[in-house]
Amino acid sequence: MLRDITLGQYYATESVIHRLDPRVKLVGTIFYIISLFCFRNAWGYGAAIVFLALVIRLSKVPFRFMVKGMKSILFLLLITVVFNLFLTPGEVLVAFWKLKITKEGLVLAVTMAVRLTLLIIGSSIMTLTTTPNNLTDGMERLLRPLKLFRVPVHEVAMMMSIALRFIPILLEETDKIMKAQLARGADFESGNLLKRAKAMVPLLVPLFISAFRRANDLAMAMEARCYRGGEGRTKMKPLIYRKRDYIAYLVLVIYLVGSIAAGRML
Amino acid sequence: MSIILDHVNYIYGEDTPQAVHALKDICLQIPDGQFVGVIGHTGSGKSTLMQHMNGLVRATSGHIYYNGQDIYDADYDLKALRGKVGLVFQYPEHQLFEVDVFSDVCYGPKNLGLDKKEVELRAFDALRKVGFPQELFYQSPFELSGGQKRRAAIAGVLAMKPEVLILDEPTAGLDPKGRDEILDQIKELQTQTGMTVLLVSHSMEDVAEYVDRIIVMNQGSVLFDDTPHQVFAHYKELEEVGLAAPQVTYIMNALKENGFCVDTSVTTIKEAADEIMRAFQ
Amino acid sequence: MGIIKTKNLVYEYIRRDEEGNVEGITTAVDKVSLNVKAGEFIAVLGHNGSGKSTLAKHINAILSPTEGTVWVDGKDTAKEENLWEIRQTAGMVFQNPDNQIIGQVVEEDVGFGPENLGVPTKEIWERVEESLKAVGMYAYRKHSPNKLSGGQKQRVSIAGVMAMHPKCIILDEPTAMLDPNGRKDVIRAARALNDVEKITIVLITHYMEETIYADRIFVMDQGRIAMEGTPREVFSQVERLKELRLDVPQVTLLAHELQKRGLRLPKGILTTEELVEALKCLSY
Repeated sequence: MLRDITLGQYYATESVIHRLDPRVKLVGTIFYIISLFCFRNAWGYGAAIVFLALVIRLSKVPFRFMVKGMKSILFLLLITVVFNLFLTPGEVLVAFWKLKITKEGLVLAVTMAVRLTLLIIGSSIMTLTTTPNNLTDGMERLLRPLKLFRVPVHEVAMMMSIALRFIPILLEETDKIMKAQLARGADFESGNLLKRAKAMVPLLVPLFISAFRRANDLAMAMEARCYRGGEGRTKMKPLIYRKRDYIAYLVLVIYLVGSIAAGRML
Repeated sequence: MSIILDHVNYIYGEDTPQAVHALKDICLQIPDGQFVGVIGHTGSGKSTLMQHMNGLVRATSGHIYYNGQDIYDADYDLKALRGKVGLVFQYPEHQLFEVDVFSDVCYGPKNLGLDKKEVELRAFDALRKVGFPQELFYQSPFELSGGQKRRAAIAGVLAMKPEVLILDEPTAGLDPKGRDEILDQIKELQTQTGMTVLLVSHSMEDVAEYVDRIIVMNQGSVLFDDTPHQVFAHYKELEEVGLAAPQVTYIMNALKENGFCVDTSVTTIKEAADEIMRAFQ
Repeated sequence: MGIIKTKNLVYEYIRRDEEGNVEGITTAVDKVSLNVKAGEFIAVLGHNGSGKSTLAKHINAILSPTEGTVWVDGKDTAKEENLWEIRQTAGMVFQNPDNQIIGQVVEEDVGFGPENLGVPTKEIWERVEESLKAVGMYAYRKHSPNKLSGGQKQRVSIAGVMAMHPKCIILDEPTAMLDPNGRKDVIRAARALNDVEKITIVLITHYMEETIYADRIFVMDQGRIAMEGTPREVFSQVERLKELRLDVPQVTLLAHELQKRGLRLPKGILTTEELVEALKCLSY
């Protein structure tokens, strides 16, 4: 069930966007999100849509694949639109029973929908084109200055990448234990909330025990392979900026300045 | 009274590009009281097949009849079926969760909605049947040795008093001593109670001396389904699909090729020794 | 002095009840002395709880002896300053294939050890390539470990240890959770490292068929070394092995049975070919 969520799951293919340094993609995503909140007119959003379309094209990730991932958050999007549509006070356009649609509400709902959609697709491009490992590496490098404030950046990055490695294993394990308890007559689906919560105990206890056992084993295996924290470690795949990364930064700055100028002044 | 599988197909991840045809047109009949070995290597579909037998996995097409009733009928009680067809998963000790062994074994019968006395009677009986030492009944299941944990987990299924017991690689990860003890116990259980037992394994040598019938699975299909003697006669085909017959089979065939007049269908050491002695006299 | 040497090694741990009171002391390893020469293939056989895994964890300095001494390549494992050098000299592969792979891509996992050692980037890539080739997993270098079979995962783990350029590798029941095909591949990889790269191998197992090709076998029982010798010497003592509840190859069992019934066969027959030859000699 959880495996069906494709929102932002890495899509393996070869493209310029895939090859970009993860730091460029991280910074780019942040820039893009900031830009979305600076616009005051439709021109800005127009620029954002054109820019996004270009990036999607370059990434070679099929648009259909992204839309499929959107399905899981469609509900959230709908709620936002409905709330904005009906609950914004202002000049009434349509009214039936107690519900009123105002002009301001309509504008706000459309803006929110566009903004949210762009935000989600925009940030999913980053995860669609970057392996989780690469992403953690990028974050580790970008956050390195925080080390000065004694933030354990390396350790956090290592924890994230280990978590990512074990998520599929634990999902599979959950499925197995669930089946095993079903075979012993367990019922995870009927009864009230309390009964259902209680029914989860035979699933959660074994899962926790297994997770701890794995953590223990893994710690031992890491020590046996001479792991002793970030000090003195070298990298197999060090992050190095190349020409295309500098070009990408340049394009980003042009976009940011251009779209905000258009979005606020035109 | 039996389990019948009628043209069962199972496709994993249908309508995705990675669809896998895990079971292909399986037709099988398991009569009451039989001791069956199901052999195949990882990915042959043997575990998936077993999960069909108690309705945990639903076939993509085909029918399964338990005691003459189609288990896919809308009004069929699948929960009751899981009580009748007990399934012990691989590494079953990973499902233990209660504070002590006895409460854990009670979990299955309690789910069947029995009264407390009956639940406890069944748990006690099941633990005794798997040879679990009484002084450990109220120990935490997590403090037991590997072999004891496995016994406790098997008792957890047995306590539901199933008519059919399926064990998915019950000896995986155990040492030779633990393996022999568990297999002997299962054999004894089968003889005593006369229940139908399906034993899934990837080792021919382990099951050869225990079972009446061997079903060999390969790539989602039934490759052989016969008595051990007959199945091992195909030792060359078994080799091709990455399974091996017991070493005795190889020895007897090698002897025959070297001009000894021996019967190659024997499966145990004792039979083989008898045969060789006979050839020498 | 050999690559691995132990003298009167004792390891005890204290059992505690739920309140933390001492219940008793278990001696997992009891006065074990052994000497492994560089380049040897050693098998340690024994059932669960015989102390074989505890012994293995001492060679990698994961455990420290209660009494006695362990030397790896001449260095005392109890000394803190030797720790990382010992872990690099004596690499270790564990039982559960899932719980020792750190990387999300095969090649990244193999690079983990060299990264920890501070090996320069270019050399890491060379080491990863040669190690994956040595275990026959180079074709899978870009794969996710989750998609591999158990046997393949274990071979990746062996490559991960190889890439640290150890002098010896300890395999702690690497095949216990694998199917027969995976088991064969792992043992084949271990033997190749021993033959080609001359790496000392210590294989801990409870499957006797994996020990047939070893130079020497140690059989452990109740924390002690119960038997020691070449496979032929060890397997010729069928009765003793049965007492220790260990498996004996079916062909050895059959030969033993035939001997009991009066056939005069040589002792310690290990393979089908040997038995057929011996029987042929008898029939003429």
